[in-house]
Amino acid sequence: MRHWVRTIWNTRGLARWILLAGLVLVVAFVVMAVLAPWIAPYDFNQTRVDGDKLPKLAHPSGEHWLGTNDQFFDIWSRVVWGARTALEVIVLSVLFSILIGVPLGLVSGFIGGWADRALVFVMDSLYALPSLLLAIVFSFLLRDALGGGIVAAALSLTCIYIPQYFRVVRNTTVSVKQSVYVEAARAIGAPPTTIMRKYLFGNVVQSVPVIGTLNAADALSTLAALGFLGFGIQPTEASEWGYDLSRALDDAQAGTWWPALFPGLAIILLITGLTLVGEGLNETLNPSLRRRRLVPVRMPAMGPSDHYGALPTPGRGPGGRP
Amino acid sequence: MKPEDVVITTEDLRVWYGTAGDPVRAVDGVSFELRAGEILGLVGESGCGKSTLGRGLLGLMPDGAERDGRLLFRDKDMLTLKRREQIALRGRELGLIFQEPLTRLNPLMRISEHFSETLKAHERGITKDQIEHRSLEALRLMGIPPTRYKAFPHEFSGGMRQRLMIALTLVLRPSFVVADEPTTALDVLVEAQIIRMLHDLRDTYETSLLLITHNLGIIAEACDRVAVMYAGRIVEIGDAKTVFRDPQHPYTRELLRSTISLRTTGLNYIEGAPPDLSDPPPGCRFHPRCPDAMEVCAVRVPEPRQQPNGSRTECWAADQANGLVTLTEDERIPLAKEVIAVADEA
Amino acid sequence: MPTKPETPTTGTTTGTDDVVRISDLDVHFALQGSALARLLGRRGRTVKAIDGVNLGLRRGEVLGLVGESGSGKTTLGRAVLGLVPSTAGSITYHGRDRGEVVVSELAGRELRRLRTDMQMVFQDPGAALNPGMTIEEAVGHPLVIHRGLKGEELRGRVAAALEKVGLAPVERYLSKYPADLSGGQKQRAVIARAIILEPEVVIADEPVSMLDMSVRAKILQLMLDLKDELQLTYVYITHDLASAKYVCDRIAIMYLGRIVEIGPTQEIFDNPRHPYTQALLKAIPEPDPDRMVPRDLPRGEIPDAAEPPLGCSFHPRCPQAVAECGWESRDLRALLEEHWTRNPEATYGAERDMVGDLDKLDKPELSAHVGTKDAAGTLALLNRIKAEKPDEPFWRGVETLEEDGNGVAITFTEPTDPALRRAGGVDVACVLYPDPAD
Repeated sequence: MRHWVRTIWNTRGLARWILLAGLVLVVAFVVMAVLAPWIAPYDFNQTRVDGDKLPKLAHPSGEHWLGTNDQFFDIWSRVVWGARTALEVIVLSVLFSILIGVPLGLVSGFIGGWADRALVFVMDSLYALPSLLLAIVFSFLLRDALGGGIVAAALSLTCIYIPQYFRVVRNTTVSVKQSVYVEAARAIGAPPTTIMRKYLFGNVVQSVPVIGTLNAADALSTLAALGFLGFGIQPTEASEWGYDLSRALDDAQAGTWWPALFPGLAIILLITGLTLVGEGLNETLNPSLRRRRLVPVRMPAMGPSDHYGALPTPGRGPGGRP
Repeated sequence: MKPEDVVITTEDLRVWYGTAGDPVRAVDGVSFELRAGEILGLVGESGCGKSTLGRGLLGLMPDGAERDGRLLFRDKDMLTLKRREQIALRGRELGLIFQEPLTRLNPLMRISEHFSETLKAHERGITKDQIEHRSLEALRLMGIPPTRYKAFPHEFSGGMRQRLMIALTLVLRPSFVVADEPTTALDVLVEAQIIRMLHDLRDTYETSLLLITHNLGIIAEACDRVAVMYAGRIVEIGDAKTVFRDPQHPYTRELLRSTISLRTTGLNYIEGAPPDLSDPPPGCRFHPRCPDAMEVCAVRVPEPRQQPNGSRTECWAADQANGLVTLTEDERIPLAKEVIAVADEA
Repeated sequence: MPTKPETPTTGTTTGTDDVVRISDLDVHFALQGSALARLLGRRGRTVKAIDGVNLGLRRGEVLGLVGESGSGKTTLGRAVLGLVPSTAGSITYHGRDRGEVVVSELAGRELRRLRTDMQMVFQDPGAALNPGMTIEEAVGHPLVIHRGLKGEELRGRVAAALEKVGLAPVERYLSKYPADLSGGQKQRAVIARAIILEPEVVIADEPVSMLDMSVRAKILQLMLDLKDELQLTYVYITHDLASAKYVCDRIAIMYLGRIVEIGPTQEIFDNPRHPYTQALLKAIPEPDPDRMVPRDLPRGEIPDAAEPPLGCSFHPRCPQAVAECGWESRDLRALLEEHWTRNPEATYGAERDMVGDLDKLDKPELSAHVGTKDAAGTLALLNRIKAEKPDEPFWRGVETLEEDGNGVAITFTEPTDPALRRAGGVDVACVLYPDPAD
């Protein structure tokens, strides 16, 4: 862990800027999500204020910063609450995927044999299927059991990403298993669980943070797609950008641009932010890609008195005592 | 070609690596000459700069590294040579033998294709028959039967692969070859075979060889002259027999004493570790570990001088003992060294 | 067609105060066959990493296992610890407190309990330490596993172990990671980890070969000091005969999975008997400028362990081989190739053409047939080769050599696979011994 933090802190150059730019974007949305109750003037499904209905498709104005949409919702509120939805779903789905995929990969790689081969087969098959279709299928299956809310959406997405963690961790485990220090662990008598926990785990999860962030970006785009198609979070449960986009399409043709633009922009910005963080992390944590900035070498001329000699150290004359 | 022809001349050669902080002074003022048909052994421990020197002579340096000083190949100034001319010289006149031959050989190409590629790159207009003739001759000299000409690299064992790589390097008959730890990864018997072959080559091809290794035994048995390297400098250089029988520099002496051979009767070692090359100690770089260190050694850099036995060394103690300099009373006081803890060992 | 090995006539390699006894040990590894073979369910080839080893490790001694790559020395060390499974034979441990235990039959928790008595020091200290554990964690981990220690008591024991190996002052090392230490310091940490449970037997697998020359002696001295202090028994695995001479009481020379010579150190060096031992001694580079690289070393390299030579495995390289050493068809191929390597190119083409396909000689057989066109010419070629080098040991093994159809048929003498037999003060696996001098 301390190795990662130190590496990130020490990065220079392009990687650092990518990482920072991404972080700025992501943090902005996180703040938006956390402070939603205070930032958003209206609730996510609020169509009335003091009994009066909100205007429909009102232009952006002082009253409604981003205007209103055809369901009488204030768009700025929808965007802010949508940020909360998006982040909740992303965090949940990535977390579940990691919690299931990583240990499974570790154990499978360590044990080997037919169990490992069977799991690899299952995971590879899952991985080969198009993620959006998978998400749709899972969302259908889970709709009856869990309703149309955030947890259901998160779980639909989880299943798509498990294979990635499984693969990476399993493959790394298989190669690290051959290391001398793992053999040394067996030589000192460590039982298999200890070996997995203390000798393998820390050394096989280096890729997880990068995959996690890139997954998050993908999760958001899949969530938005689901919402767009009507399979995602139901409007009664929470505000969701993709759903708003789908509703805004017809109006956009009529020239009403604001119900479509703002949710769309939110989706793009957050995905970009997450991707930048992921790529930035990849550049910093991946030693082969990292290019350190080297100080150009300047050699002092070799003078007659320090011919073959060292640089004169400060405080001492060349070849003499101080 | 007369044997007195000098092939390589270096004077105050420096090769420094750029880092995120201070540069690493891997080679910091090296001077020597290498004649045609001569085998010069370059010996030192890990981190002394010998590999850097070997590759630096051929111009093979990583990004951010700089060379300085004088480096002549025959009469060409290598440091000012244009890139294109440098590349043309490599392979044709300058060869390199690595430690791990697998990295040099393309697993998808047959041996014949390797040879063909090498020869065609440097000798335009060479015919297929000539290629085959030259290749088989090179293979034969390295003890590889002609029946293996069309085989793939992975069909060879470790020692044969190394011989193959040497054959590939020599097929162009370069004048100067750097062999960087060519046998470190090989078994003892195979190592002896290959060292013998390298030794015999200069009779056949009159190639000059710079043999880089940490194994003093190989140097003693195969080299004409030896250069001992420490912390980026050559601390002693001379005829192999002379240096081994009568080492002038304390590091050479200690290194010989700590080598475990069949005649070892007691275990000796050198305290401490080689210095950080980005910040070497003042004065003589070996002084923190030297059993003969004097006050002057920590302050003034010793100058390379020809000692009476013919070796060139840079050491105040040796100069003093051989009457080449006169030091003052104060300068000769033995240096009080801090006890070197295990914390500072190599 | 493998030859049947002789049954050993003496049991002098084992003694009465053996802390570890190895009997008829075989360790075979299956090689992955080609994809097609696996698909069809056919088994691939097996590598006999250890091929019938009998050995007794005496309490308190330092036994050297010396050999080149493929000799099986590393595998033998690991087999003693149970880190690789044995295919046949047994390894018995006679512990001080534990009594007699058959290591080769243990598995799981019982095998792990044995780790308190037998430990290992590895070749690459950097690779043997978990990069994510501090020195304190790494060295103390055996105590955590086997004795359940923690807190102050654990730290105290770790500090004591570090002091014993010279990593003092200990506070400087406890919280360091392996990457912060030098090679010699890492190896000391590895040794500390190995001795912290106060074992009886330590297998040292090339403990100093990756360290600089100036530090090797220090680490070897440390190991010898610890042996006296803790009453350890060492198995010292190396390819460096020179260091083995200094530290070992007895030395076993290994070649392709067998012990070819074993005896007291002094005897092995003063009077090496097996041709392989003699070659090894001659080949060691000595920092003596009056020595030249030896010229009369055995040719060739360690053969393929999956298909070892018939009879004595060393015979293709042995300058003293005789008729029954196991000459076979592959040696004929080697002879022809060596002839073509020696001679200029001009004759190669025609001769190669006459001899025909050589790949069929790669299957080890006691009879061979070469030549597809000109029987007389092929026979003349072989006789020419013989005339070029009449001392070549190959010819001693040829029984018949005559024209046969379009080519020449050769048969070889029935081979013997020598077992270890007593010769003077050592045991050696060579048909030349015992010779009248012993």
